[in-house]
Amino acid sequence: MAQYKLQINGSEHQADVDEDTPLLWVLRDSLHLVGTKFGCGIAQCGACTVHLNGVAVRSCTLPVSAVGINKITTIEGLSVNGDHPVQQAWMEVDVPQCGYCQAGQIMSAAALLNKNPKPTEDQISSAMNGNICRCGTYHRIREAVVLASTKIK
Amino acid sequence: MTFAKTTRRNFMKLAASASGGLLLGFHWAEAAASSPMEAISLDGLATGTIDFNSYLSIAPDGIITIFSPNPELGQNIKTSFPMIVAEELDANWKAVKVLQAPLDVKKFERQVTGGSGAVPHSWERLRKAGATARHMLVEAAAKRWNVPAESLTTDQSTVIHKESGRKFSYGELATEASRVPMPAEVKLKDKKDFKLIGTIVHNVDNLEMITGKPLYGLDFYREGMLYAMIQRPESFGKKVKSVDSAAAKAMPGIVDVVTFKNNVAVVGKSTWQVSKARKALKIAYEIDGTIESTSDHDQLFKDLLDSTDASAITVRRRDGEVDAAFKSAAKVITREYQCPFLSHAPLEPMNFFAHVREDGVELAGPTQTPDLARNEVAKLLGISPYQITLELTRLGGGFGRRLKTDYVLEAAELSSIIKAPVKVIWTREDDLTGGSYRPAVRYRFSAALDANGGLIGYKLRGVGINAGNCTREDNFPSGAVDNLLIESIEHKSPITTGAWRAPITNFLAFAEQAFLDEVAMAAKSDPVKFRMNLLEKAAKAPVGAIKYDIDRMKAVIALATEKSGWGTKKNVSQGFSVYFSHRSYVAQVAEISMKKGKPVLQKIYAAADCGIVVNLSGAYQQVRGGVVDGLGHAMYGQLTFKDGATEQKNFNSYRLIRLKEVPEVDVHFVNNGIDPTGLGEPALPPTGGAVANALFKATGKRLYSQPFSKQEELNASVGEKL
Repeated sequence: MAQYKLQINGSEHQADVDEDTPLLWVLRDSLHLVGTKFGCGIAQCGACTVHLNGVAVRSCTLPVSAVGINKITTIEGLSVNGDHPVQQAWMEVDVPQCGYCQAGQIMSAAALLNKNPKPTEDQISSAMNGNICRCGTYHRIREAVVLASTKIK
Repeated sequence: MTFAKTTRRNFMKLAASASGGLLLGFHWAEAAASSPMEAISLDGLATGTIDFNSYLSIAPDGIITIFSPNPELGQNIKTSFPMIVAEELDANWKAVKVLQAPLDVKKFERQVTGGSGAVPHSWERLRKAGATARHMLVEAAAKRWNVPAESLTTDQSTVIHKESGRKFSYGELATEASRVPMPAEVKLKDKKDFKLIGTIVHNVDNLEMITGKPLYGLDFYREGMLYAMIQRPESFGKKVKSVDSAAAKAMPGIVDVVTFKNNVAVVGKSTWQVSKARKALKIAYEIDGTIESTSDHDQLFKDLLDSTDASAITVRRRDGEVDAAFKSAAKVITREYQCPFLSHAPLEPMNFFAHVREDGVELAGPTQTPDLARNEVAKLLGISPYQITLELTRLGGGFGRRLKTDYVLEAAELSSIIKAPVKVIWTREDDLTGGSYRPAVRYRFSAALDANGGLIGYKLRGVGINAGNCTREDNFPSGAVDNLLIESIEHKSPITTGAWRAPITNFLAFAEQAFLDEVAMAAKSDPVKFRMNLLEKAAKAPVGAIKYDIDRMKAVIALATEKSGWGTKKNVSQGFSVYFSHRSYVAQVAEISMKKGKPVLQKIYAAADCGIVVNLSGAYQQVRGGVVDGLGHAMYGQLTFKDGATEQKNFNSYRLIRLKEVPEVDVHFVNNGIDPTGLGEPALPPTGGAVANALFKATGKRLYSQPFSKQEELNASVGEKL
């Protein structure tokens, strides 16, 4: 067990956990930030996607000991009121069915648009292909990413 | 808030006085007084005390709270149910707040998510709930203005007296309206007057979902609760012989390791700690049944399809003289189709919370069958179901996996042993190795054609592993063929199986529709025309019972062919499929074009008849999602067994469809005004057949097994692209 000071959503959080604990379980069990989801545990489904310095990473395979002073953003910290352009687009397109994957989808989309505000269709496909939606909302996910890209100034 | 027991007689009065608003409880069969009442808390209800036997309340500030009783797993019931109530109430949807109702089947009857049955079952109840409240509000306004109720109209949560131009908001009338006697009968709206039903209404939980609020079972937390993972047997057909848990128990954060039935549960203070400690268990197993592999099943299927053992065969339907028809046939076509086991793979892994105390049991988590789960836990623990509360969380998908109660019972049993609140969490590997699966099935179809290409005989034998009746003997083309025989044989296996979205038809539809395509070709007929001719025959000269609606099936065929321009397009190969399941009808046309010598699936048209569409946004996505689900599993889904154990353990080997692999999907609805008939499943079954039939047109190759991606016929022609 070790003490970790983590920079999450703009503030410092402490967790006393084993050093190999994936960031996912620190967020969920220690800090009760449960918007980041568990789906597979092997970085295959993308439900656990968070940002590490603005870049999308799979928190289920990222050991807490490797996080250091890097800035973590989770779905809870993407915006204060759920009005990040990607979240707005998700609302306008009415994307979610069961909704379980959507936090991860949104974090992947937001990271894409961070880096590339006007992605091509192929770039959207590549960036979002790591996120599984078991309900099959892929058409709306694609539509919402395109819409979000028009909202980002 | 906590609510005391009350009776129907006094509850209207109590409700009115306590909350200052109109509370309506509807138990159409019997008065609510007969049902036991539990103390429950309803967070989020702003208006004060409320009896929970209710679908709706109206607060003086105009906020209308509507309770949605069924488990929500992505079928959008939590939005569409309240829409039905709000329609008849003439509520201002913007002032409607939706809450998940607690489990109480005495009040809400069917609190199940399964069989695409929620809206068909509750349609009238929900309409009456809204209409009754509207009636009482109108009566209250009539009394206040001293005018006939007939002179009043309602719109957007307002009662209007047109003649004088006076208006009352529902909020203003709520308290008085609550004193109006509840009518025994109430007039429902003419369907042509619907304003909300049939429109696009967004999911009521969107904001919570896109901001990561704790909605799901896996997010459920109780102060002091423990976390557990369970090691289940390594193979189906084995049981625990001995357990050495010393190393696991010594690991940090571990509270206990307990063995019950064939489960070894590691209990601790965090998910990660229990998952690590579980790996340190040393468990020896012994054989407790047959140890089966997929290669065994392949052989078994061949044997059973040839079986003449009458005691093993169940005849599901027999019309006419089948043997004579096949003897006299000008042409006989026989084909076989096989599907593998599938995991439901809801993205939220299985989990449940249980706290078994001396004075009662608290359960919480995602289940499609909360009442069944509660009753089975009661039986397991030897207590009354009324000593158990079950909090329904949102479900991160279900697909039938959460119709089962194994994961609820485990959690309850573990809590009763360790005497502590505990949440049992399954990893993805747990559900892919010790879960419950869509059964593997093989079908043999035979068709007898006369010299004119007429279908004079039809035979189907289905053999499945724990598949029960793997046929649907009364489905099309039964009723349209003079001589028909449908049989099934079930092989009993230690491998656990269960209903998987559109049970049986999720594969049977592909087999049947691919077969009919081949038979149509052999009869030198257009595949659509061939089916239409059979439907004509079923209408004019039905053979035996007809349990599908011929006109509805014809209408979806007509719509799909119209929208897709069936048979009129150049440079594109179209494949057709139509299927009736769960009371609804869906026809699909898949389009494949050749690019650089490879077939590329471009588009799927879906024409659905689910009766009245409640929420156009939800329904559209339900169909499109069903097509994606049908396509994904037809293409990639496969769970195989080696020595009783699954060979795919996680999403790196158990492949699900991804964004890049999804073609355009164009959805259309038949607008026939009949009461809703269900939409959670019916769009899935036709997809595999439409795609396979299009592939044949494009390449001349037929597919007979799923997943398509593993078939040589496909890979020879398709490569990676489809």
